[in-house]
Amino acid sequence: MNYADIILIAPEISMALLASIIIIVDLFSSNKKLLAPLSLIGLLVPLCFCIMVRDNPSLGFKGTVKVDDFSLFFKYVIILATGLVILSSTTYAKRFDKHQGEYYSLILLSATGMMLLVSAVELITIYIALELTALPTAALAAFIREKKSAESGIKFLILSAVSSAVLLYGMVLIYGFTGTTHLSEIGTVIANHLSTSEQITDNGILLFSVILITAGFGFKISAVPFQMWAPDVYEGAPTPITGFLSVASKAAGFAIILRILYAVFENEALSSDWASMMAVLSAISMSVGNLIAIKQNNIKRMLAYSTIAQAGYIMVGLAAMAGNTTLYTSGPVGILVYLAGYTFTNLAAFAVITAVSEDSGDDSVDSFAGLIKKSPTLAVIMTVSMISLIGIPPTIGFMAKIYLFGAAVETNLTWLAIVAVINSVVSAYYYLRVVKTMFIDSPDEEQEIHPKFGVLSAAVIAISGTVFFGFFPKPIIELARDAINTIIG
Amino acid sequence: MEIPGILSIAIFLPFISAVIVAVFLTGKTARGFAVIASALELVVTGYIFVAHRQNGYDFSEKITSWFPESFPVQYFLSVDGISAPLILLTGLLGIVAIFASWNITERTKEHFMWLLLLQGAVIGVFTSMDFLLFFLFWELELIPMFFLISIWGTGRKEYSAMKFLIFTILGSAFMLIGILVIFAGTGTFDMTKISEALPSSNLIMPVGILFLFMSIGFAVKLPVFPLHTWLPDAHTDAPTAASVMLAGVLLKMGGYGLLRVSAGMFPDQLEKYAWVLALLGVINIIYGAAITIRQTDLKRLIAYSSVSHMGFVLLGLSAMGGGITSLAMTGAALQMFTHGTITGLLFLTIGFIYERTHTRHIPDLGGLARRMPVFTVSLVVAGLASLGLPGTSGFVSEITIFLGAFPAFKLATIIAAFGVVLTAAYILWMIQRSMFGPEKERFAQIGDATAVQVIPIGLLIVSIIGVGIYPAFVSDVFTEGITEMLNMTGAN
Repeated sequence: MNYADIILIAPEISMALLASIIIIVDLFSSNKKLLAPLSLIGLLVPLCFCIMVRDNPSLGFKGTVKVDDFSLFFKYVIILATGLVILSSTTYAKRFDKHQGEYYSLILLSATGMMLLVSAVELITIYIALELTALPTAALAAFIREKKSAESGIKFLILSAVSSAVLLYGMVLIYGFTGTTHLSEIGTVIANHLSTSEQITDNGILLFSVILITAGFGFKISAVPFQMWAPDVYEGAPTPITGFLSVASKAAGFAIILRILYAVFENEALSSDWASMMAVLSAISMSVGNLIAIKQNNIKRMLAYSTIAQAGYIMVGLAAMAGNTTLYTSGPVGILVYLAGYTFTNLAAFAVITAVSEDSGDDSVDSFAGLIKKSPTLAVIMTVSMISLIGIPPTIGFMAKIYLFGAAVETNLTWLAIVAVINSVVSAYYYLRVVKTMFIDSPDEEQEIHPKFGVLSAAVIAISGTVFFGFFPKPIIELARDAINTIIG
Repeated sequence: MEIPGILSIAIFLPFISAVIVAVFLTGKTARGFAVIASALELVVTGYIFVAHRQNGYDFSEKITSWFPESFPVQYFLSVDGISAPLILLTGLLGIVAIFASWNITERTKEHFMWLLLLQGAVIGVFTSMDFLLFFLFWELELIPMFFLISIWGTGRKEYSAMKFLIFTILGSAFMLIGILVIFAGTGTFDMTKISEALPSSNLIMPVGILFLFMSIGFAVKLPVFPLHTWLPDAHTDAPTAASVMLAGVLLKMGGYGLLRVSAGMFPDQLEKYAWVLALLGVINIIYGAAITIRQTDLKRLIAYSSVSHMGFVLLGLSAMGGGITSLAMTGAALQMFTHGTITGLLFLTIGFIYERTHTRHIPDLGGLARRMPVFTVSLVVAGLASLGLPGTSGFVSEITIFLGAFPAFKLATIIAAFGVVLTAAYILWMIQRSMFGPEKERFAQIGDATAVQVIPIGLLIVSIIGVGIYPAFVSDVFTEGITEMLNMTGAN
């Protein structure tokens, strides 16, 4: 370990330090109002470090951590999501009274794990980063300390452990097969092996490990059939944390899947197999997610199923990665664009839910009735966010979907694109039900809602991103393209 | 003089006005501002039409740096003979719709905001020459209409709004796949290049299926039997202004798409399946008219009559199947324009009458002619134009279609001609039952049109009679555009 290595993970180190500082400040200061602003300002430090290391991408810590455009793209997304979640928690967190410091620092710690995860290029590092991500999240999910929240935390913890175990088994198989834990070396060994040997059984082992790894990460991205935890955890967790789970942990999950699939299993003989597996999982995810979401009356639960469906859309990009001869890039680029857009859109929605549930005290769709009269700003923000989730212009949701589905068509997966667009139609029904409730139904009480500054600004920032990049998606697409180019090699 | 950027102005004038209305204004000022904005928009669209007609300007605007080169979406607007009259129509009905909403008291400014947004989006559809931009505006128009129906509508408004939205979005889902397949095959979204590039490109699906996918989106919008069921619900439950826009402009997006995309990019396919279009056209005409006759709700009646009238557009397009002439297609395009003004006037008048009588149930009406002479005149003019009386615009477009389609599909044209008889029956019967007959006691107190309501009625009557007397004013432009399109595809 030397100085250059430290600089390389300076964003993660500063993030972890920030988490510690928050706890210490919390310990010695009785003024809890300081914590959120402090965390937000503190977030600028890792962000600056990210921008600093941008110019010299390199491998560090004996080849276990890699900083490149790809990992930086995700770090921006994670820092953005963390910032927005903290911003929308400012009033929400007051209910935690003495424990506000822990709340913020757990969010930051989980973000540290995610940032490490997206730059890890070695199996053990990946595993450790993954655990660092999951444990604080489990604590956060249980933070309200009531029955549902506790259930949410426990469920997350147990299922996360199970999925980690499955993942670990997949990694062990790979290690057993190749004798190394570094992704790039694994890739070389597999490529050499496949070019010299014709043994199908060995392919079988590799494929089996792909399946195990996919199952492990399928949990992270809440894809069917690993989605069972999502609705309960989403419903029980504190609302801002639900937002955090739905975007940041999903982004990190996809990042590492992309990395592993690209670095290790990009070989033609394997990729056609896992691509068709991804295509099927994608189709099932979006169909199951959307169909169940229709019936939900709790908005957080509804968005949980919507997340499952959205994971399905994003997996279209994974399926579109592998073609007959070469890896296509539009699919992965589409994934990155979609994840960035989804971060803006979904966090706007969760900020509004946070603001509304603070007022009404419950999370039913009905509590949104007549929101246009109670708070026009919140209603408009929620509407735009729902429109973006459906994929109607002028929003980033539209642009990202076009890009992803275009990638599917490009790689001869037209059937999957058709399934996806029909699913978007189905999803229009339940997203618009929320819109209808806000604009047409009359509220129980005509009391106006005045959202607090923090949550309102989070919603406004997030929705501005949704609309701005809906008109001008070029910057995101280009960032995503640079990112993908670095991992293709 | 060719004013640069006029198309962007035509699109963004309503958008920006809508934002101003939503953010800064309320109540009557919002209304006044909307009137000014839509009047300006009418001037702009009128200028675009006239300048194109006189000088052949296409007002092209192109920004290619909008997207990365690997995904070459452009901001590309242009006008040709097919779109110019439809842009004018949108400008005209835009201001009519604003006047139609004069007496809206509930959530006034929102209403005008959505109307303006709707208008801008439709202008965008007609001017876009980039396929993805076209699709963007196509989808953008859904949301305003959804709100207009579901907030200010009557009856089962929420159901109707959702049905409208789901039908349209399902149609456009297939269209999106089609656009993406075309892009994968040709590497461009530029609509002016696609028709040349398509025949030699390597498509990943049979071109027949691609043609079907594209056409489904337009067929839902037009609407074509059996995809028409959203239309009666949406029209009946929509507020007057939304009905005017829906029947007057939004259905034309379907016809425009069929003309520009299905015929312009897939002439071979259209020729091959022309008999299907002719068949569906005849079904639309006869089935639509037959259902119309037994309607008792004024708005529902006009809604079904739209189904019937849009059948003529299909019939006109189908003429491509038999050694095509541009005549029938011009008729089809002209039918879109005239139907826009005629049905716009019908919905407008019925909306005004409903404001006073509070019923649209025909048996409850009757004897209104003496109480409301202006409305009666306007309903009679629109009705006669609708049934194709010579001297009105309806006659011109239908006769052109018959003349053009007859050489290609004789039997279909003959059957379709009977549709005109049915139209005469339901229109005259409707006017007779609702406006004439003995006066009724409970309508003794109601009055006629206010000065403000005369403006939109006047505008539409002038355009109906004007085009009826001098059809070349519009049809020349259509002919030019269609000939150009057919030459480009090499089908002529």
